[in-house]
Amino acid sequence: MAMQANEIEALIKAAFPDAKIEIEDLAGDNDHYAATVVSEAFRGVPRVRQHQMVYAALQGRMGGELHALALQTSAPE
Amino acid sequence: MDNPVFVEIQNHIEGSDVFLFMKGTPLFPQCGFSARVVQILKHSGVPFASLNVLENAEIREGIKSFSNWPTIPQLYVKGEFIGGCDIVAEMYQTGELQALLEEKGITQNAA
Repeated sequence: MAMQANEIEALIKAAFPDAKIEIEDLAGDNDHYAATVVSEAFRGVPRVRQHQMVYAALQGRMGGELHALALQTSAPE
Repeated sequence: MDNPVFVEIQNHIEGSDVFLFMKGTPLFPQCGFSARVVQILKHSGVPFASLNVLENAEIREGIKSFSNWPTIPQLYVKGEFIGGCDIVAEMYQTGELQALLEEKGITQNAA
């Protein structure tokens, strides 16, 4: 029940090709991550929707294979 | 909306101004993320109702497709999905949560 950081990054990158992505392993157990995703796709989009977009990119792994992902999303400054 | 679980969920979120689907109870949260949202609501001094999804497997799963959000906790204000722990915490830090509560006419007394 875990995922590698690069797996998460690859999935997000596939959905947001322009994104700047940083993944931090919070607990060292491959199950609790923090991710910062900056992409033009988020401009003008409510924060809840932004996070739903990232969860969609993870193709259903969120909440199952991946227990916790603290998300920080924004459009480029 | 013929899915009975969705109807039950709808009744909950319409039954109180602020409703929190969480793991555990406000007194005994069973998950760090749920505990954090409870703490934020208490600091905001806003009354809220909650449901322990650990005691209701149907709602625990149903809520995820209801709101298209894969995790618990989930906070609702006046029937509207606000977000999970990250979003509520971020909104609390930026003051957006307090502004939203005021805008929705929900009284907050400093805890």
